[in-house]
Amino acid sequence: MFKYLKQLTSLVAMVAVLFTFTTESMAAKKSKTLKNTQKKGFVRCGVSQGLPGFSNADAAGNWTGVDVDVCRAVAAAVLGDANKVKFTPLSAKERFTALTSGEIDILSRNTTWTLSRDADIGLTFVGVNFYDGQGFMVRKSSGITSVDQFKNGISACTNIGTTTELNMRDFFNSRGISYEPVAFEKADEVVAAYDAGRCDTYTTDKSGLAAQRTKMQNPDEHIVLPETISKEPLGPVVRQGDSVWEDIVRWSLNTMIEAEEYGITSANADSMKTSDNPQIKRLVGAEGEMGAAFGLDNEWNLRIIKQVGNYGESYKRNIADTGILPDRGPNELWTKGGILYVPPSR
Amino acid sequence: MNFKLKDIGPQLMTVIAVVLVFGFFTYNAQVNMENRGIDFGYGFLSQESSFDVQFSLIEYDGSHSYFRAYLVGLLNTILVSVIGIILATILGVIVGIARLSPNYLINKFAAFYVEFFRNIPLLLQIFFWYFAALRALPLPQDAEAIFGISFLTIKGLFVPAFIWQNFNIFFYSIVAAIIAIIVIRIHSKKKQETQGKQTPVLLISIGLIFILPLLSFLIGGVRLSFEVPVLKQLATTSFIYEGGVSLPPELIALALSLSLYTATFIAECVRAGIQGVGKGQKEAAASIGLTPNQVLKLVVMPQALRIIIPPTTNQYLNLTKNSSLAAAIAYPDLVLVFAGTALMQTGKAIEIVSITMFTYLSLSISISLFMNWYNNKIAIQEK
Repeated sequence: MFKYLKQLTSLVAMVAVLFTFTTESMAAKKSKTLKNTQKKGFVRCGVSQGLPGFSNADAAGNWTGVDVDVCRAVAAAVLGDANKVKFTPLSAKERFTALTSGEIDILSRNTTWTLSRDADIGLTFVGVNFYDGQGFMVRKSSGITSVDQFKNGISACTNIGTTTELNMRDFFNSRGISYEPVAFEKADEVVAAYDAGRCDTYTTDKSGLAAQRTKMQNPDEHIVLPETISKEPLGPVVRQGDSVWEDIVRWSLNTMIEAEEYGITSANADSMKTSDNPQIKRLVGAEGEMGAAFGLDNEWNLRIIKQVGNYGESYKRNIADTGILPDRGPNELWTKGGILYVPPSR
Repeated sequence: MNFKLKDIGPQLMTVIAVVLVFGFFTYNAQVNMENRGIDFGYGFLSQESSFDVQFSLIEYDGSHSYFRAYLVGLLNTILVSVIGIILATILGVIVGIARLSPNYLINKFAAFYVEFFRNIPLLLQIFFWYFAALRALPLPQDAEAIFGISFLTIKGLFVPAFIWQNFNIFFYSIVAAIIAIIVIRIHSKKKQETQGKQTPVLLISIGLIFILPLLSFLIGGVRLSFEVPVLKQLATTSFIYEGGVSLPPELIALALSLSLYTATFIAECVRAGIQGVGKGQKEAAASIGLTPNQVLKLVVMPQALRIIIPPTTNQYLNLTKNSSLAAAIAYPDLVLVFAGTALMQTGKAIEIVSITMFTYLSLSISISLFMNWYNNKIAIQEK
């Protein structure tokens, strides 16, 4: 009897261990952020306070932009509807605290991926949705056509809490030019002060310069200098510690870019289900089990392409057609001379 | 025994509740920071800040530490608060007295000023003075010289810098003058108490404060020259003044809006204080033959000050705390430099926000302590 009891105990223990393991992995698949998002019924997304082409709200409060589309893609994937997103406009200063404190679940706000941000402050960058670099804007009438013409005493308007402040120092220091940094909390105030003549130059990411230029009183009076003084890979960010949610956001972005590569658009996505190419079929949920690993159904990627479109469509709609940066430059696919290259969905 | 428990019970419960609430917040922050792999610590203060600040009272650039950046922000906050408090006090006292003026125009104008400025939110006033007034200022190349040596432009106010030779002798001469004045004051007070004779202290004081420094110029070898700002061309249409001292427009706009706003409240304190002195006091003073000036100086003001000081202390505290709105217009105060840029670059939100809160608390308590000391000094001395 005692002999059996011992074996019974070990059996129970064994089952208990097995059970623990299974519940553990189930829980891992159903990430906390994913569970909360599905319970709430919307994705909580942090965006800028208004940067045309990236994240900008119209008079009716509808958000558009390539950064906005990343959040919409995640909403389409996990909730089935690209419109189920709650946007929170954040200043550069507030953005990381909002994410780490759990006020938002994705930060998609033209944020530069750097080592210290990725490693130090409890964040994880999931990819790059726009390759950018810092530049300078000056008044055309100043006659400046290159950063080589900058002289001691120049005043430069910019935003606080950005990599811009650091790059600016590196740039002016390495050239031995003394300068006056005038740093505002909000982008609108930077533009207003520069436009009023407070500063000789306005510096931020070149995409930002191109976008803000459209907001000026007379956009034609300003030019963006050709030089780029830094690398600014911009991309969506999530909190550290929820690897499933991180993967969902990463692969939502990757799906948009890869869909463009294979010519899948919002218009033809459904018909692609019968394609001969297995890679295309995987991207529209017609082959393989591509959603199970995230705890999602199999058509999560199809919904992204149908509701939001591929990366090229998003770029054209938000950045090219609005006249901000008609030329895609480095943000073209690797197959067409750009540097957009994502790992395969398989 | 029972009686004792009843006494300390509620207090004990309050203490336990407070400790529990704080304990919960600390624990919650710790767990969440651990989950996200965020380290807690103040080690970052000694790291290189690698960002520059527009305006600083001490030597600073990006190669200095975050702690130095903190000091830069703190000093800028103190600077704008001190300028604001001085201007607000002067303006507030003038407007407060003007509100009691029998002259209809002065009286109504002061009343209009108070009602207008205290009823518009401060942030809007800051934006107004910065953006509206800024746009109205000329570009450096179009600026008219003020007295031929200063220039008020959209890029700031450029004034001549003082170049001193043997500055320490000049400094000691002023210190000597101040000490002499204090000695004479004490002496004349004694003389008046014992012999009833009045000495013209004010005239002697003014004489001393001018003559001693003047002597330092004549025989002490002190030389003063001015470095006048000179226009320099940066590009076809962009100019800047070089040399001299430049005050950024952000500082001017902030100090102006803070003092215009706070002066309205101080004016009301002053008016209330003067009106709080009984009418009989003034009449009694007049009846014993004091001149109107002496009535104000010897009878009304000493009593009015006791009413004015406590609420005015509040206004000084408000002004200091309101200076944190500087972030909106790029004045590099503590909030912009430390709780803004430094917080962003390090990601040490809890540490930096707690240091900033502690700093404002210390500033406010220092002002309170000073004003309480002053209030006690002028309070009625029971003999």
